[in-house]
Amino acid sequence: MEYILQPWPWFVTGPLLAIIMFLLLYFGRTFGMSSNLRTLCAIGGAGKRVEFFKFDWKSQRWNLVVVLGAILGGFIAHYLLSNPTNINLSEATIKDLNAFGFSNVGQSLVPPELFSWDAVFSIKGILILIVGGFLVGFGTRYAGGCTSGHAITGLSSLQLPSLIAVIGFFAGGLIMIHLIYPILF
Amino acid sequence: MGKYLKFLTVGMVFGIVLVKSEAVSWYRIFEMFKFQSFHMYGIIGSAVITGIILLLVSKKIKIKNIEGSFLRVPLKDRGFIRYILGGIIFGLGWALCGACPGPMYILIGTGAFSILVVIAAALLGTYVYGLTKDKLPH
Repeated sequence: MEYILQPWPWFVTGPLLAIIMFLLLYFGRTFGMSSNLRTLCAIGGAGKRVEFFKFDWKSQRWNLVVVLGAILGGFIAHYLLSNPTNINLSEATIKDLNAFGFSNVGQSLVPPELFSWDAVFSIKGILILIVGGFLVGFGTRYAGGCTSGHAITGLSSLQLPSLIAVIGFFAGGLIMIHLIYPILF
Repeated sequence: MGKYLKFLTVGMVFGIVLVKSEAVSWYRIFEMFKFQSFHMYGIIGSAVITGIILLLVSKKIKIKNIEGSFLRVPLKDRGFIRYILGGIIFGLGWALCGACPGPMYILIGTGAFSILVVIAAALLGTYVYGLTKDKLPH
């Protein structure tokens, strides 16, 4: 039990993610979290206006159940299976974030500087969350997948399009953190 | 409901694994893009290596899925522009709010409810993609 309550190392996590991908294939489905965004748009009636959302979303209900499970899993892991502990970030990361004006680095899963309600109700804070979310939602459909669909499933099945997409993910991330963050903070 | 139980279970394991490994943490994503820790690279790398082995073995020993057909990963369409441009746009957002779609949902469970703003914006982004799809280079 003690091992479960501690943070899990990468070499446990990675193989478990591969098993999750494999199980979904075994169940005749595929691992893709961002597809649910399209499904939710369709449920919301987007199909009436836009062709892209005109599909049988009921065939995707299984994936929404995966999402429901993921939310429950997040609750269980956070409230029942975790000793309160700081995220074991590298010294350099803590130093860099302190320089950006972040305090209490790693004491919660998400930084209060971006996700506390004070931050959400500030102009800059809400813009960061909205622009970030928008880019993820737009980019993932444009690229035809996200981390689960491209980085894990696509790379595991040695698909070139997924490799290109993952290179794009990293290029975008590096531009954001190294070039844009220093302007924002 | 019975047939959905296995998907609920897989989802729960997914949520638990990503919280316990801290991969849902904005801090870990920041650290990854700063190349200051091996943690996230280890997770993605070992997931891909295990995934490659699982898929090769299942092909070799001809595993069938529960519907009776051979295990098959859907093939992505050929192309370049959409993958690189879409990828870069996704990456910019991923680094900005520190969450890709899986962790977005999982974070709700951890009580970080402001992630709902990010999810709403992601839905809008998906909608705008659907709206502009035919005008974009793919």
